[in-house]
Amino acid sequence: MAHAATHDHHDDHHGAPKNFFVRWCMSTNHKDIGTLYLVFSLLMFFIGGSFAMVIRAELFKPGLQLVQPYFFNEMTTMHALVMIFGAVMPAFVGLGNWMIPLMIGAPDMALPRMNNLSFWILPFAFTLLLSTLFMPGGGPAGGWTMYPPLSLQGDSVAPLVFAVHLMGISSIMGAINIIATILNMRAPGMDLLKMPVFVWSWLITAFLLIAVMPVLAGAVTMLLTDKYFGTSFFNAAGGGDPVLFQHIFWFFGHPEVYIMILPAFGIISEIIPTFSRKPIFGYKAMVFAIASIAFLSFIVWAHHMFAVGLPLGAEIFFMYATMLIAVPTGVKVFNWVSTMWGGSMTFETPMLFAVAFVILFTIGGFSGLMLALVPADFQYHDSYFVVAHFHYVLVTGAIFAIIAATYYWLPKWTGHMYSEFWGKVHFWNSVIWVNVLFFPQHFLGLAGMPRRIPDYNVAFANFNMISSIGGFLFGASQLIFLGVLVHAVWFSKKKAADRVWEGAKGLEWTVPSPAPYHTFELPPVIHEDELAHGHVED
Amino acid sequence: MTSGGIRIKAWVATICALFAGAAWANPEPGQLNMTRGVTEWSSEPYFLNNVALGVCVVIGIVVFGAMFVAMFRFRKSRGAVAEKWSHNTTLEVVWTTIPVIILIVLAYLATGGLKSFADTTGSQMTVKVTGFQWKWRYDYVEYQGKPVDKVGFISKLDRESDETRQLKSGLDPNAVKVDGYNTYLINVDEPLVVPVGTKIRFVITAGDVIHSWWVPALGWKMDAIPGIVNAAWTNIKEPGVYRGQCAELCGQDHGFMPIVVKAVPKAEFEQWLAQKQQAAQPQPAAPQQPAAPAPASSSAAPKTAQAAAPATSHQG
Repeated sequence: MAHAATHDHHDDHHGAPKNFFVRWCMSTNHKDIGTLYLVFSLLMFFIGGSFAMVIRAELFKPGLQLVQPYFFNEMTTMHALVMIFGAVMPAFVGLGNWMIPLMIGAPDMALPRMNNLSFWILPFAFTLLLSTLFMPGGGPAGGWTMYPPLSLQGDSVAPLVFAVHLMGISSIMGAINIIATILNMRAPGMDLLKMPVFVWSWLITAFLLIAVMPVLAGAVTMLLTDKYFGTSFFNAAGGGDPVLFQHIFWFFGHPEVYIMILPAFGIISEIIPTFSRKPIFGYKAMVFAIASIAFLSFIVWAHHMFAVGLPLGAEIFFMYATMLIAVPTGVKVFNWVSTMWGGSMTFETPMLFAVAFVILFTIGGFSGLMLALVPADFQYHDSYFVVAHFHYVLVTGAIFAIIAATYYWLPKWTGHMYSEFWGKVHFWNSVIWVNVLFFPQHFLGLAGMPRRIPDYNVAFANFNMISSIGGFLFGASQLIFLGVLVHAVWFSKKKAADRVWEGAKGLEWTVPSPAPYHTFELPPVIHEDELAHGHVED
Repeated sequence: MTSGGIRIKAWVATICALFAGAAWANPEPGQLNMTRGVTEWSSEPYFLNNVALGVCVVIGIVVFGAMFVAMFRFRKSRGAVAEKWSHNTTLEVVWTTIPVIILIVLAYLATGGLKSFADTTGSQMTVKVTGFQWKWRYDYVEYQGKPVDKVGFISKLDRESDETRQLKSGLDPNAVKVDGYNTYLINVDEPLVVPVGTKIRFVITAGDVIHSWWVPALGWKMDAIPGIVNAAWTNIKEPGVYRGQCAELCGQDHGFMPIVVKAVPKAEFEQWLAQKQQAAQPQPAAPQQPAAPAPASSSAAPKTAQAAAPATSHQG
């Protein structure tokens, strides 16, 4: 596996096995498993990104220049599957693995062996999924949403379904582990309402995962039996209903969207107070907002289906429910801004990414509100407007938060400071090119360009070319990120302090940098004013 | 594949179409906003889009403005000292209430539009749209209360676009033009012809996988799903040629099954329909009379589930 080859550091740590295989493949240590998750996710980020480069290259100008339409569809499908299940979700699990025990004063995760299993399933799942690209018949090309009957026309239904099952098992085990850890392993004095927002966000996310991953497993299993065992769940000719799949899929799919953003909210809620040197504004409101967004995520699924011919009553219900989400999300954004207000701010790379997150995620939220309005959605639906929307919330939302978290905690993980200069170069390149990449896609959608097409009318040519240029440069900018990481892990001479950031609060900053192999073997004594939220009365 | 004569006529008709009225209804280079559309209903999404965009821009200016002010005023490098407060109930109540009020207004506007869209009653014409990989079939079911027999045809990507779009064809997409307007990938061999000023009910289904019928100038899209018949309506105000595309991923040629709606004055449409009906008549009369299951096309087909889309004889 490629991810195993990339690191062999931490050799000075107490208690870490010297044998490479034993250390990384048989690990039960939350830090090592966290590292494995993060490295895996980075690898997937570049693989999924290379698929995106193929897409943007083909869309650079009208006419087909590079790939056949079917292969283009394989690329859009695989780009989404790899980025969602391979990059974003494992990155958050990796961050949770690393940081949750450190933040709540636990010696490790509650179920360390299961932790190992839930990681090591993933390389197999993705090897299986990616190998379909090299098989006769090609990879899945029916979109990551796998809508039947189209998805059943492919030859890779079985590997796709099996890979999804594996990812689902991995996610469920990871979620169980996180819940068990948070509910059972907190140090004495770490009350639930003193936990960092990141821990809260993961607790709620883990419940979402447990609730919906089995639903996805059920949906894809029905696809499998429809394809190979003669059932007709989704086959109208046999009495089934293709729309049933969409209802089941999006009952999973919408909470899934929030699984990818709630931990990001948590990360931003850690970073902004640190660099504002001021406690987070409205801690309880922040926690409550995350919980209510999670609850609402279960009753909005059909807003992905406004064009399937839902009855009027259903369209109205799902429109109203969807619009309601704007309220807690708005509270979060206002609270982040209020945290900054009256602070004493500095703008190191994690803060820059966090500030960009607040602005750009909010832009994605705005287009989300517009998409919720059913009559307008009749135009937006399945157009590039939607593509722009979900890339704003997932790239400048989830991925920017992951990058911010990486810069924020990297000194704690490695014991070295990353290069602030190159971190800022990475930031400015990312934030400029990501907007060049995705902002014009709003215009394309409004002008009538459908999504998932390999070629288009010349009226769409200018914005597509701009978008592609932004795409290539945003992709290239991530190589800077890779360089910063490699430098910080192996070459940086600058030692990190225990409390890496002046305004940082919380238990993770009380342990040495780099964090020793084992931490909190004895529960820490918690001083309220050391916690980010412990001393705040509200 | 057959019916060369009809196709040439359709071509000529397309070329002669009234194009002036259609400006801005079809995609334009550099277009920044949604089209207003040309139907009784299409101003609804356009209006909602503009209102919602306006609301978002205002909120954005206020929130991001406050944020930038904070970022400049409360910098450590300017000597700012962090304050201790982390709570303000009044403020929180205010900024929870204001969005709720804005949302109620938006919901009210959206609900009104939605109700009128859902009402397909009182239509004066019915067209059945069937999506196939990768073409559309149009069947004229009924016009002004009278059933229409055997007027139906397949509508697929025009030949010029199809040749140009082949991988490494070497042909220039910019050269695919009708009347000076670039129609690359948004032109068909035979457009759907409909009258203006008529409430037209569309019944939409599919024969293989899910498609979605979308003409932005009409203001909506509706999924075409095998086994399900969806309904939608339009009432086009201005004659013109309105172009759209399939909007639901339907396989390798998803990007190559456009939709062209040609809206003509009523008299012209009636003439066209009569011509079509006449062209359809003599053929079944010639060989054997009894077998022809003509009127069955619209009533019997839905009962036999989806797969077999009405097997009405092709044009020629």
